[in-house]
Amino acid sequence: MLISLNWLKELVDISGYTTEELSEIITKTGIEVDGISEPEELPQGVVVGNIISCEQHPDADKLSLCQVDTGEETLQIACGAPNVKAGQKVAVAKPGAVLPGNFKIKKTKLRGEESNGMICSLQELGVNEEDVPEAFKDGIFVFPEDTETGEDAVKLLNLDDSVLELDVTPNRADVLSMVGMAYETAAALARNYTLERPSYEEAKDKADSDVAVKIVDKEANPYYGAFVVQDVEVKESPLWLKNRLMAAGTRPVNNVVDITNYVLLEYGQPLHAFDRDRFNSNVIVTRYAEEGEILETLDGKLRTLSPHHLVITNGEKAHALAGVMGGKESEVHEGTTDLLLEAAYFDPQVVRRSANDHELRSESSVRFEKGLDVNRVAQAGERACELLQKYAGATILKGTAEEDHLNRKETVIRMETSRLNDRLGTKMEVQDVKNVLRRLQFEYEEKKGVFDVQVPSRRFDISIFEDMLEETARIYGYDHIPYTLPEGSGQAGGLTEEQRLKRNVKTFLEGAGLSETITYSLTDKESAEEMISPELKDEQHGAVRLAMPMSEDHSHLRLSILPELLRTHSYNTARQQQNLAYYELGKVFISREDEHVQQPKEVLRAAGAVSGEWVTNPWQQEKKEADFFVVKGIVEELAGRLGLSFTYVKGDVQGMHPGRTALVVCNGKTIGFMGQVHPRYQKKHDLKETYVFDLNMDLLLNLYEKEETFVKIPKYPSVSRDIALVVGEKTSAGEIEETIVTTGAPLIKQVRVFDVYQGEHLAPGEKSIAFRLLYQNPERTLKDKEVEEAHGAILEAVAAKHNARLRQ
Amino acid sequence: MKERLQELEQEALLKVEQAETIEELKSVRVEYLGKKGPITEVLRGMGKLPKEERPVIGQLANEVRERIADAIEEKQSRLEDEALEEQLKNEDIDVTLPGRPIQVGGPHLLTSIIEEIEDLFIGMGFEIKEGPEVETDYYNFEALNLPKGHPARDMQDTFYITEELLMRTHTSPVQARTMNAKNGKEPVKMICPGKVYRRDNDDATHSHQFTQIEGLLVDENVRMSDLKGVLQEFAAKMFGKERMIRLRPSFFPFTEPSVEMDISCKVCGGEGCSVCKGTGWIEILGAGMVHPNVLEMAGYDSEKYSGFAFGMGPERIAMLKHGIDDIRHFYTNDVRFLKQYHNA
Ligand SMILES: [Zn+2]
Repeated sequence: MLISLNWLKELVDISGYTTEELSEIITKTGIEVDGISEPEELPQGVVVGNIISCEQHPDADKLSLCQVDTGEETLQIACGAPNVKAGQKVAVAKPGAVLPGNFKIKKTKLRGEESNGMICSLQELGVNEEDVPEAFKDGIFVFPEDTETGEDAVKLLNLDDSVLELDVTPNRADVLSMVGMAYETAAALARNYTLERPSYEEAKDKADSDVAVKIVDKEANPYYGAFVVQDVEVKESPLWLKNRLMAAGTRPVNNVVDITNYVLLEYGQPLHAFDRDRFNSNVIVTRYAEEGEILETLDGKLRTLSPHHLVITNGEKAHALAGVMGGKESEVHEGTTDLLLEAAYFDPQVVRRSANDHELRSESSVRFEKGLDVNRVAQAGERACELLQKYAGATILKGTAEEDHLNRKETVIRMETSRLNDRLGTKMEVQDVKNVLRRLQFEYEEKKGVFDVQVPSRRFDISIFEDMLEETARIYGYDHIPYTLPEGSGQAGGLTEEQRLKRNVKTFLEGAGLSETITYSLTDKESAEEMISPELKDEQHGAVRLAMPMSEDHSHLRLSILPELLRTHSYNTARQQQNLAYYELGKVFISREDEHVQQPKEVLRAAGAVSGEWVTNPWQQEKKEADFFVVKGIVEELAGRLGLSFTYVKGDVQGMHPGRTALVVCNGKTIGFMGQVHPRYQKKHDLKETYVFDLNMDLLLNLYEKEETFVKIPKYPSVSRDIALVVGEKTSAGEIEETIVTTGAPLIKQVRVFDVYQGEHLAPGEKSIAFRLLYQNPERTLKDKEVEEAHGAILEAVAAKHNARLRQ
Repeated sequence: MKERLQELEQEALLKVEQAETIEELKSVRVEYLGKKGPITEVLRGMGKLPKEERPVIGQLANEVRERIADAIEEKQSRLEDEALEEQLKNEDIDVTLPGRPIQVGGPHLLTSIIEEIEDLFIGMGFEIKEGPEVETDYYNFEALNLPKGHPARDMQDTFYITEELLMRTHTSPVQARTMNAKNGKEPVKMICPGKVYRRDNDDATHSHQFTQIEGLLVDENVRMSDLKGVLQEFAAKMFGKERMIRLRPSFFPFTEPSVEMDISCKVCGGEGCSVCKGTGWIEILGAGMVHPNVLEMAGYDSEKYSGFAFGMGPERIAMLKHGIDDIRHFYTNDVRFLKQYHNA
């Protein structure tokens, strides 16, 4: 909301504070000043001039030559505005004047004719384009006829105003008005403010003999008051009124519309004026619309209504969408003479629904939605009548036609000084509390430090003790609350075992060369359902979809981290970043049977992707592209870190290379997969050869068992034996290794592949795998005979099981 | 015989002196000290000597032998040193050539910030709690004093999945769940970091996914001054002791009173500049005393128990600390961005 300080100044004394100081105080007591617009470059030397004569420039079609009286002298000025005429009072920048943008006005000649100054448009004086009234959009600004020649145009146009931009929190709807801000400012500065009751002359005839009001739904519309206003003269508003509207960002239209807008800004109460003739009825009926009822609103749009939209009718048809926008048919126009002026209270939820359904958020609907002072509804109508009488020459019938079901029950809150201090940690005296309440202008009764506070109706946000606690604290000053530390439970903070493990896994992966990424959980449908890990495959039935996504790119919850992680690879590859190694620790989401009420199962996963050179070659070493075994090395080492051992089984995962993908198994359970991304997928996403892993962290953290007891460092030497076995090329190293380990137990300590060979000296379809076996006995030094026996048994077993022979 | 030994000694010492290589030295040793050498020969011929002379000559022979051996030893180590010097001269390398690169990764900047904040609050006795990212309407809103139709729900545009399920818009539901689990009896002292989601278009200052850290302390006799104390402690550690903090009133449906905390602008020191929009202050977090409705809904007696809560955005803190101008950087994962902050 925008607050004009020139306006505020007239309500509350703010002297003695600079704009910055005032903003700081208002912010610290509760209403955040989000911006200050002060006139940085005020136009200088601009006065009101009277155009004595206006003739066509002899040598330029589009220019007029004007003789302008500025009070002190008469200047000849060339003017190109289409709306310039003799007899107008205009803003004249005299020679020597400076306009915004450091535009200096000098005496000059235009097409041979002297021009000693400039007749200004509002834009040239620094007014925002959108605040300029329609009539002056494309030309110079014209002052009302009775304006004094020679007066300071800047003052008259209120260009010296400072405007505060407030960021009002939803609870403080009471300050969405000048009156509200006046109370707030008075409390903040400890100064005085009282709202004066409007006064105007009432005609003898009574409004309620002329018009009848009927409310059909009291809940939706607790109060409706109609003022009967006659013989108005629709014309331009006085300059001061237009200035205030413009300072608040509202464009002036005509006096009637401007006055209702003005009262909205001043009181925070939306009003609506119907053209009486076109409303064409002596009854006003408020009711819910009928299904399919049509209303043409002020903006010229046809609105199809539903039974939860409240409308104002003339007994037959709708003339306004209650609280949101008036109807086109009964709009005030130039020829309007009589008005029905509405001052009403509509249910916030009802207005909110109408505004939402029709996408019509207005200054009016926002205020209804946030709540209004029940005691200021009719008074706002009176204020409008006062102004209509003064500036539109209106006759106003006595009283209102109304139906009133408003609940005006007062809120009383008990507040003990001791409890206040307990909760705030302060040492306020009873007198301090009294000072605060006086500044807030809240009535109270007090006995021995116990206050019964009567909350005024304008502060409808206050209903419980804690609200008063805040109210007291903020006026007393948050700065005056001391700094203490909690006295209670001496709990020792810390990470849980799982949190600690997660951090360890991250540190490990980073040490292994991978950079952490954070990608989006929401992705497109296709990506959401790609590369789902086999152990989740059976559980899931499609990605969870948002009801109303912002875009299809972020419409589904991912079932795998990899597609978004690979998107990161594509992004970087496209930017000449060649060697990439990433991981992410994050959740995937598996919908349940009853997906409407049951939250999806969230599974934590660790996924990584590597492409490009793993070992780079600047000058000395051999370079090496990332491959399956680079990633496998990381996964194996991670298993070691967690005290687990993984086995790897060839597997099939959608989106992955069919021959280069392994399921990762731990304790007989699949816990994820690793391998190469399918070349087709790589091509589609402009990826280089990319290797990935994706592990179920929830399962891993469950399987992890902390190694508690110390394992002795072996004292006795080990014996190593190398064997090269020739087997069929489809036989996997893993199966042979398993045979070696089971046969050689318990003396076998370690089995390692150190060479794989295929080619010369071997038959086609054969390969040789070389293993280094390590034998050790923790109890004593091994005897040759023991090793020979074990070794022999192993050779027999691999020959029998895998048809393996020793390579000669 | 004595003369013969002295002669041999002179001769041998001279040869040692003259030897220029370890090889030459070796042959001197063989020549004089070997089994067939002249000293051995002298000793062998001792039988011909009178009995009383034998020990005298024997001792002398041994002394001579030792002296020669010492001289050889000394010379040998000198020659070895010289040889090593010579060898080292040829082993010169260009120390300005680059080392062999190793692959190193590092944490995401947001993780660094979050872990720093976690550790800071752990030090003050807080636990870390986590919760689901897909929440129920109840825990995300209703349990936090935001019933259906509450206008403040507009403050957080929400990604709904069904009428009952949504992407959590803040990590506060974790607080509600933690309080609920305590049955309104035990104190709670926790922070909850995590991802949250809002129905926003991504631009320089908005992201439909971002992170949050919220904290909660519920106990008997928790005061607003405690909130001030804890936040000051946090700000001093996170941003430096020289930064001032300011609390000002605000509004959150789940706290009453509610505050927003600003810290003095680092760029201008409080004078006002473009970074702080001329105010001298930078908004860092929202906080407040837990609303009695929230306590009651979780089963706490709000007459007896009170508490405070606070919440902040790691993205915002990271952006302020490092002068990052676009929130999308955190989720684009440009490797050049990520690597800048591996030591953050
Ligand atoms: Zn600054």
